[in-house]
Amino acid sequence: MPEAGHGTAAAHHGHPSLQHHFDTLEQQRESSTFGMWLFLATEIMFFGGLFCIYLIYRRASLAGFAEASHELDVTLGATNTAVLIASSLTMALAVWAAQTGRRKLIVAFLVATISLGSVFLGIKAIEYGHKFHEHHVPGHHFLWDGAHPQAAEQFYSLYFAMTGLHALHMIVGICVLLALILPSWRGKYGPEYNNPIEATGLYWHFVDIIWIFLFPLLYLIGRH
Amino acid sequence: MSQHVVPRKVYFIIFACLMVGTALTVAAAFVDLAAITGIPAMNDIVMLGIAAAKAVLVVLFFMHVKYSGRLTALTVLSGVLFFALLISFTLSDYVTRGLIGVPGR
Repeated sequence: MPEAGHGTAAAHHGHPSLQHHFDTLEQQRESSTFGMWLFLATEIMFFGGLFCIYLIYRRASLAGFAEASHELDVTLGATNTAVLIASSLTMALAVWAAQTGRRKLIVAFLVATISLGSVFLGIKAIEYGHKFHEHHVPGHHFLWDGAHPQAAEQFYSLYFAMTGLHALHMIVGICVLLALILPSWRGKYGPEYNNPIEATGLYWHFVDIIWIFLFPLLYLIGRH
Repeated sequence: MSQHVVPRKVYFIIFACLMVGTALTVAAAFVDLAAITGIPAMNDIVMLGIAAAKAVLVVLFFMHVKYSGRLTALTVLSGVLFFALLISFTLSDYVTRGLIGVPGR
């Protein structure tokens, strides 16, 4: 619908957030969402490689992985899962606040998301601290009392690689959310234009989904 | 097509479902489902099934795919498809090793 498109473009040319290479705000928004999803498709493969390695090594030593997983703290892991799901809720509400033009609520929900994300990273840091203390970090100082030290070291290599990469994504997400606070406060985002909030939300929820799979695969395989 | 605003109520319902799913996953992990059902990998099937259901809820509602166009849905599915290819082709190698004898070895 080029005719209608150009008509709308003329009406929107005054909008400060419409880039010159887009006809309309709607076209710009659809491109933003599509681009973000393409990036997330590459992220699926990025984490997918690690999930694939996990699958192969766990198949090779089922008992060893169960024994190693048993040493992780389920309470801390489950708490972190709840914290991350809550942060996804506040992120979704930040997008809602932007779509309905509630400027102060956008900022409030962004701050809530950042806070919950920081709580997650804090709990993760405590867990990492325990692992260093117990010599469960792969390398020269790795010590294992159980029957499967080699499989346990493989498990913890994957544990640190997967949760580490996930935590790195959280840190990047928090930085992006921090950068969104000031423009949100200044009223840059509203019902007409909220692509950065929406796209950051997609990224944040994706990182949440990765954790939804990491939590059972790492924490819960040796409990019964 | 203007931007679809998902009502807050939907977000709260999805949040509640995700929390219940997490509680179920943890509870199921402490029960030896393999012994009860007779299927060796039952614990893994249940926990990954719940995780997949949670992921679908997040994608459809928090990430608005339910309300987005077909292009978005196609992009999501292609991501899942390539992940499935990665896993299935890798496993088709690992699982079948040793099934057929190799001449000369």
